[in-house]
Amino acid sequence: MLGLYIRRESPIHALAPGAKMLALMLAAVGLIQVTDPRILAIVQAAALGLFALARLPPREVAAQLRPVLLLGLFFFAVHALLVDWGSGLVTVLRFTVLVSLAVLITLTTRVSDMVEALEGGLRPLRRVGVNPAKVGLMISLAIRFVPLLIDLVREIQAAQRSRGLERSVTAVAVPLIVKTLRMASVLTDAIEARGYDPD
Amino acid sequence: MLTTRDMVHIALFAAIMAALGLMPPIPVGFIPVPITAQSMGVMLAGSILGARRGGFAILLFLALVAVGLPLLSGGRGGLGVFFGPTAGFLLSWPVGAFVVGWLTERFRSRLTFARLLIACAVGGIFVVYAIGIVGVSLVAGLPLFQAAAGSMAFIPGDLVKAVVAAFVAHTVNRSYPVIRG
Repeated sequence: MLGLYIRRESPIHALAPGAKMLALMLAAVGLIQVTDPRILAIVQAAALGLFALARLPPREVAAQLRPVLLLGLFFFAVHALLVDWGSGLVTVLRFTVLVSLAVLITLTTRVSDMVEALEGGLRPLRRVGVNPAKVGLMISLAIRFVPLLIDLVREIQAAQRSRGLERSVTAVAVPLIVKTLRMASVLTDAIEARGYDPD
Repeated sequence: MLTTRDMVHIALFAAIMAALGLMPPIPVGFIPVPITAQSMGVMLAGSILGARRGGFAILLFLALVAVGLPLLSGGRGGLGVFFGPTAGFLLSWPVGAFVVGWLTERFRSRLTFARLLIACAVGGIFVVYAIGIVGVSLVAGLPLFQAAAGSMAFIPGDLVKAVVAAFVAHTVNRSYPVIRG
């Protein structure tokens, strides 16, 4: 299962995922205070500079940023019509900067490293009953089963096509869910038969 | 506590959400946000797995998206989707699934299509829009009323999805019930 990660040798790739996440959170908190569009524009330019520093291919970066730019333009237009264009520029710039930084992290951090960071981040929640080992098992099970279920959807769609039902959502969803629930029961037995005990 | 069976159900339903992302999204004219089958998955998670497992399944799906897997409809994913103006809708999904499941569990003694439709509409539409609209208003700096008005373009599509989800949940619950008394 491939993520959005793009492998490169760069200082940004080398940073610890936890440090990158912390920086993003600080940026989010900090940028809420900023109301000057010039400062936000400088931060946006700096974010684009970081993409270059990370040596990411411009085409891939553009593909990732296109949706937020479209949304940004749309919301800027709405804002300019309904409120005023100055504050529209500030709010839209603020979220495009944050999305850019978040995309930078996603493109420069391996899925497995992010999962590890996530599990590490959950550790303090052990006190309130969150078991990081259980979360880890569910993440790896889900990642393992995504391609399998995608194949299952294609298989069901092919079968329903022969009945002329490939456009019917129910004709795909019902067998998909029933088959998955059956799979779940076999899988549970298999895990328990191996004496799995996360506690 | 989550049993092994609960954990497997949660993980596999998170994977079902990803598979639903394969259904081609329908664009909504001038608004750059498509109608997708994944918001139907939110209703299905609650109405088939119940409140707790359904809510966790959607939360797990969002975690997979956040760690960098392109599992949202149209191949979108990564941390970026949680910082845009429509992030409130994504974050509302686990809550919506929980509410759908909670209502389904209340109705479980007589799980009719009509009752499932109520559960899907309340949790999957009302709760999701309530949180999502507040999110749009906060991130995009729009007055609540305007954010709500703009979101109305998606209501007809979501009503259709609630009907389909209730029908699917009704069929699945008759042949393979997971929520038991």
